[in-house]
Amino acid sequence: MKNFLITFIIIFIPVKSFGLIEVDITRGNLNPLPVAVSPLSIDEESRKNFENILKKKNIGSEISSIVENNLRISGLFNPLNKDAFLQEPDIANLKPRFEDWNLIKAQALITGKVSYVEEKLRVEFRLWDVLAGKEMMALAFTTVPNNWRRVGHIITDKVYERLTGEKGYFDTRIIYVAEEGPKTQRVKKLAIMDQDGANNKFLTLGNELVLTPRFNPTSQLVTYLSYFRNLPRVYLLDIETGTQEVVGDFPGMTFAPRFSPDGKKIIMSFAKDGNSEIYTMDLENRIVEKITNHPSIDTSPSYSPDGKFISFNSDRSGYQQIYIMKSDGSNVKRISFGKGIYGTPVWSPRGDLIAFTKLHKGKFYIGVMRTDGSGERLLTENFYQEAPSWSPNGRVLIFYRETKTDSSGKGFSAKLWSIDLTGYNERQVPTPTDGSDPSWSSLLSN
Amino acid sequence: MKLSKILKNGFLIVVACLALSACATSKKSTGQMQGDVYTGTDTVEYLASGVPDRVFFATNESVLTTASRETLRKQAAWLRKNSKITIVLEGHADERGTREYNLALGERRANAAKDYLMTYGISSDRISVLSYGKERPVDSGSNPLAWSKNRRSVTVKAN
Repeated sequence: MKNFLITFIIIFIPVKSFGLIEVDITRGNLNPLPVAVSPLSIDEESRKNFENILKKKNIGSEISSIVENNLRISGLFNPLNKDAFLQEPDIANLKPRFEDWNLIKAQALITGKVSYVEEKLRVEFRLWDVLAGKEMMALAFTTVPNNWRRVGHIITDKVYERLTGEKGYFDTRIIYVAEEGPKTQRVKKLAIMDQDGANNKFLTLGNELVLTPRFNPTSQLVTYLSYFRNLPRVYLLDIETGTQEVVGDFPGMTFAPRFSPDGKKIIMSFAKDGNSEIYTMDLENRIVEKITNHPSIDTSPSYSPDGKFISFNSDRSGYQQIYIMKSDGSNVKRISFGKGIYGTPVWSPRGDLIAFTKLHKGKFYIGVMRTDGSGERLLTENFYQEAPSWSPNGRVLIFYRETKTDSSGKGFSAKLWSIDLTGYNERQVPTPTDGSDPSWSSLLSN
Repeated sequence: MKLSKILKNGFLIVVACLALSACATSKKSTGQMQGDVYTGTDTVEYLASGVPDRVFFATNESVLTTASRETLRKQAAWLRKNSKITIVLEGHADERGTREYNLALGERRANAAKDYLMTYGISSDRISVLSYGKERPVDSGSNPLAWSKNRRSVTVKAN
């Protein structure tokens, strides 16, 4: 965990020309851009040093594999098979022979070099436009060797940003609930992992039920629901230090927590006498404010990125629907009017859309609508799925999906899935156990 | 002609079998549900002889049925006789709803039971409420009957 405190020293190497390749991420991409990720070259002495420290035979190839995998799961790129590469990594990094790369139909090429400098890992990499025969970007950075996986993610973020014009989402983590055991007695633990499923760690032991962890957008704090001592309450956990505390002093169940965009408040529901209302608590001065005031269920609050509005879930019309209000609780307005019931509204980090779960005619959907409720678009349909969480660039949603059991009640599983905002590129996110309630972190490196 | 007659008879027998089995299964499920409220006793435990521990709800509802009110009156009578006993009302929802909403719904169901017990003379000091949402189903099935068993408020002795 400590590693995340160590800053990366990034140096931009000036590039003379401007590239020509562009990737459009606003539409479903059925023709991913063919890209060649040449293994990062490494001198023999550096290779041996890193082998000693990291127990990896060739750290250059390892980092390249991370970049390659990230590009593949983005759905926008098609990393080409390395066996077809004609040029050696070290020479390609100096000056690629574009005809060779053109021959294998690569449109973009990533090359680079790793070296061991004063006990640190130094990486430089270059992005080339193969058709134009030009360098598009060059970057160098230095970090502690243990950060090697993050180096791969940062390279991917830079390449993604250069080619799509939007920030990446690869140097990020997912916090979620790891699940095991029979459906009637699930054991649940908080778990955290890199966005690609690597470095999975369990943060609680499974002694008490835990649900709905969410990242603070600005720090390493997490808020979640724990049934510690059979008192369901919202907790705050510092994932650097492991310290945790109850949020507020409520005489009943608190649940559905989320941070405000500045990370200074927690917004959540408090249930008492059969009525759930939305409250906020300021983490600095501990002042608690009641935001909603209605005898129906008001829950699943989520702030707009500017902090001025709150979307939430209420059954005041008789069934679960999505509402928005000003952050002081005024101007409550229902925005979901389609057929079926709607839950779990989550405001996009770009501010223009709200992602939701919808139940209609026995099927569950993950969808998005504009913040006034117009333009509803359903991205995926299944037996059961819910709880979308946005990637920090607002281009991908992660959620969980549960399977239908057979007639003997067997065959239950819960898995994490992601899908692009376009409705394409649906894929399972690998976890060592079953998983649910995923929450995506902000970019760690800016 | 003869062959077709045999086939025809055979067909009729098959149809009859299908009708019977369909009848048997549908009878079984309607026998345990009224509307979509569970009326069976498969999962019910007893706090004392003749005092069932749980009541069941319709989808998305927290209204007590006639049968639920009868069960709760029995519980209230038992609690009045055993004045030292304190209870936890555990509210639950089925798996066909979002997690956070179901936590609120479970709380609402348990409170419906609490309010009713209070009108029959049980002090709120003796009752606490705990919602599990959809986290603790009794039946792991993914079908209407299983869901009906899971939409419940269970009265549990706390001491």
